[in-house]
Amino acid sequence: MTAMTDASVAKTPRAIRDEMIVFVIMAGLLLIVPLTGIYPFFVMQALCFALLACAFNLLIGYGGLLSFGHAMFLGTGGYVTAHLLKVGAISLPYWRGLWFTIPFSPLPPELAILGGTAASLVLAVITGYVSIRRQGIYFAMITLALSQLLYFIYLQTPFTHGEDGIQGIPQGYLFGFLNLSNPTILYYVVLAVFLFGFLVIFRTINSPFGEVLKAIRENEPRAVSLGYKTDHYKLLAYILSGTLAGLAGALKVFVAQNASLTDVEVSMSGLIVLMTLVGGLGTVFGPVVGAFIIVAMEQYLSGRFGQWVTVIQGVVFVACVLTFRRGIIGEISHYLRRSL
Amino acid sequence: MQALYDHIHAFFGPALYAQLLVGLINGSFYALLSLGLAVIFGMLNIINFAHGALYMMGAFVAYFLLHLLNIGYWPALIIAPVVVGIFGMILERTMLKWLAGLDHLYGLLLTFGLALIIQGVFQNFFGSSGLPYSIPDELKGGANLGFMYLPIYRGWVVVFSLVVCLLTWYLIERTRLGSNLRAATENPTLVRAFGINVPRMITLTYGLGVGLAALAGVLSAPINQVRPLMGENVIIVVFAVVVIGGMGSIMGSIITGFALGVIEGLTKYFYPEASNTVVFVLMVLVLLVKPTGLTGRAA
Amino acid sequence: MTMRNKVSALLLGTALAFSAGSAAFAQDKTVKIGSLSDQSGLYADLGGPGSTLAAQMAVEDSGLTAKGWKIDVISGDHLNKPDVGVNIARQWFDVDKVDVIVDIPNSGVALAVSNLVKEKNGVLLDSGAGSSDLTNAQCTPNTIHWSYDTYTLAHGTGTALAKAGGDSWFFLTADYAFGAALERDTTAAVQAGGGKVLGAVKHPLNTSDFSSFLLQAQASKAKVIGLANAGADTTNSIKQAAEFGITASGQKLAALLLFITDVHSLGLNTAQGLNFTETFYWDLNDGSRAFAKRFQERMKNHNMPSMVHAGVYASLLHYFKALEALGGNPHDGAKVVAKMKEIPTDDPLFGKGSIEPNGRTIHPAYLFEVKKPSESKGPWDYYKLVATIPADEAFTPLDKSTCPLLKK
Repeated sequence: MTAMTDASVAKTPRAIRDEMIVFVIMAGLLLIVPLTGIYPFFVMQALCFALLACAFNLLIGYGGLLSFGHAMFLGTGGYVTAHLLKVGAISLPYWRGLWFTIPFSPLPPELAILGGTAASLVLAVITGYVSIRRQGIYFAMITLALSQLLYFIYLQTPFTHGEDGIQGIPQGYLFGFLNLSNPTILYYVVLAVFLFGFLVIFRTINSPFGEVLKAIRENEPRAVSLGYKTDHYKLLAYILSGTLAGLAGALKVFVAQNASLTDVEVSMSGLIVLMTLVGGLGTVFGPVVGAFIIVAMEQYLSGRFGQWVTVIQGVVFVACVLTFRRGIIGEISHYLRRSL
Repeated sequence: MQALYDHIHAFFGPALYAQLLVGLINGSFYALLSLGLAVIFGMLNIINFAHGALYMMGAFVAYFLLHLLNIGYWPALIIAPVVVGIFGMILERTMLKWLAGLDHLYGLLLTFGLALIIQGVFQNFFGSSGLPYSIPDELKGGANLGFMYLPIYRGWVVVFSLVVCLLTWYLIERTRLGSNLRAATENPTLVRAFGINVPRMITLTYGLGVGLAALAGVLSAPINQVRPLMGENVIIVVFAVVVIGGMGSIMGSIITGFALGVIEGLTKYFYPEASNTVVFVLMVLVLLVKPTGLTGRAA
Repeated sequence: MTMRNKVSALLLGTALAFSAGSAAFAQDKTVKIGSLSDQSGLYADLGGPGSTLAAQMAVEDSGLTAKGWKIDVISGDHLNKPDVGVNIARQWFDVDKVDVIVDIPNSGVALAVSNLVKEKNGVLLDSGAGSSDLTNAQCTPNTIHWSYDTYTLAHGTGTALAKAGGDSWFFLTADYAFGAALERDTTAAVQAGGGKVLGAVKHPLNTSDFSSFLLQAQASKAKVIGLANAGADTTNSIKQAAEFGITASGQKLAALLLFITDVHSLGLNTAQGLNFTETFYWDLNDGSRAFAKRFQERMKNHNMPSMVHAGVYASLLHYFKALEALGGNPHDGAKVVAKMKEIPTDDPLFGKGSIEPNGRTIHPAYLFEVKKPSESKGPWDYYKLVATIPADEAFTPLDKSTCPLLKK
């Protein structure tokens, strides 16, 4: 199976040093955002999606698996966190109409985020077990259908409030003293989590585990013949990707103060793919750039163009696939012959 | 004993048969759509994400034929699929061709983008309220079957879909043209050496698949409002159908389409809350047991 | 004039305008209106671009721009998603300095934005959503609910039909806030009128195939099938109900929320005989006809105004009256809303009415029936008036309202 990403740039220590430099520059730029006049909510939302896109990119760019259902992790992380923040109790159905409830009061933000991420982890393990059996297009279709299955479940489960979503979520105090209702504090918290997630992915890519993943992506039969249990590696990558996507979803709840069905829809999965495609599949910083561009597009174009935004997104999709396959960072990286 | 008998009798009562029949009607749409998808996938190895949008275009073309050119339902059944099929062939020639040598996932992404464009454009011009398209006079009214009142049009849908599905299956699996098509996808170089114009075969195949989608659209126009988003929800269920039936197997998709429609109907009777998830649950179960689908070829 | 003279004239004119303007700014006479609607989906024809047009017409008709006020109208598309709606609203308040939001068809979005509007101390004049919760459990001092709510529809259609012999009901409900509220209010109205509800089935929003739900409704043998949904869901259910011979076999269809745009898309053949409640019809009186004619000319698709569009127009006219009474725009939502509640409402579209302390606008409602094709004289001539429901019966009586604001 031909790889979707450009493998012509090798990972040397110099390459990793280049990437670290760009990382520092990126972190620096993001740190000073509250001092500029940019609307912080926009950047926060972009950061959440950037984390999501990076998690997705881990799977496709380094594992070679296109998941068309990553929205289910975003949504699960979001819904569970929102529920834990607002209501607290966990109710699980064990028969038609009968529920088994563990009551407890609403959790503080840090526990709620952990809860949301844990739920995504569980989901990733279950769906990964089913999906990893197939590759390529089949994998994409299966993840798509699984995410649609979850969409319908969320539509009907009472705790999500269906079409209305979970509204008016309190932001609370992180660790008891960080007031998340203050936009500046919230911004730095979001930035911190994003940088943490990004570093986790960065370390994974540049570790022995990451190298095996890349080998599997390039030529799976050869990796198998070398003795690697490729299914295990792919499953691990999937679980990591799903968990981080869930973390992004949990984070987004604090920014948007609601969790709704939009986060679990197919169009959201498509948007995630678009972000990574525009930024550059398989590049380290591509998803971040792509996320910012797409979020900006949604925010600022929808006022002017209304319904045409979907068409514009479709055109960007088509253009990227036909002529701009490496994405923005991919093209820059290829031109500079450096690893980005 | 009488109570048990009554219970069983009530179980197999008219409501059940009615839901089964409704399920069969829905199943015929699933079958037609998954047939088009299976043809395109089996022959071209492309997942046609734009299938739902093309289904919608078929319905719209039928609407335009009626309201702009006064061409009724019966000619529309032929004209609309041809028009949309040509549109599909143009798409294939101009865009999909470029992706010929690449990873198949690019084809999926391209058709996804195309679906966004087509649906977005139609939404802009036609809003979302839906345009009316009435059932042709010859098919109006219904028959009282005892356990339910069956609109004649819906009965026609089942019969016509079955005929089209069988004809397509025959065309692909049993005729020379079909075997040329199948050979061309399995080994294009060799087939080209025989003098057969492979690129043209591929374009024609895509056109055929698209035409089938448009035909489903025309069939559905009198029942559902003609809306830009009408293909969006149905397409994912059809993907699940194709995965269950075995990607690329023509007969598999047809049978699975009808079967799933019936199963969905049964679920609506016993456990209505699960009716829109049952297809996906089934898909997961099938994948766990037989990853290539019920009748599919190996990956 | 030479080029240089033209430029000088332009500069002089601009300078004069600025000086005139700055004099006005001393008493803040700027207003920014945001029309938040569904511009491209299920409710685009009910609200959508028509609401933006209605808002602009209200601005023009108020005569305030001539008096030195600067009023802008912007619009947004909430895509029927509460989080998109809240995001747009939040940005409107934080960045664009919007003062008042109008329209919002879709109860889920309206309830979410209503909470945000209270937090930002803006104003919400909702004429699109139906949920009566906006003036009951979820009322705020910053929201006024115009045009209609589920209580109006339930009591108009529900009580009238229950009295006329439709004493057993089965509901087809859209699975979201509005559908649930509609079913709840109509059930109450039916039971108060002596009828009973035999059952209900919930369908997801934007369903295209209602056959199995309709079959269940048929099997229930209820005399009336209540459609607790809106937009394309309602028109699809009506169309398919006709197909399955439900209306022919004696069961009555009650479209609990039907707009003129729905009747237009169904066509009189399918829609004839349907009974439903609305609070505005373009052909009702001279005032409404005049407005409708001007509206239709300027609408891209030449649709007639719906009850929602009329509500946007009327609510903004009243809002401007309050601002004039206050002498300027205090940019304090609760203050303006309190002033609006003091002044009785009077406009050519809804006639005379008033605003209750819980934010509910009171005016008469009308029970209409769709004309037969033979009775209609032309396009958009669809309704005949069956009964007028006086204002005090058409909306939740204050003593039954669960609004926390009332408990002082």
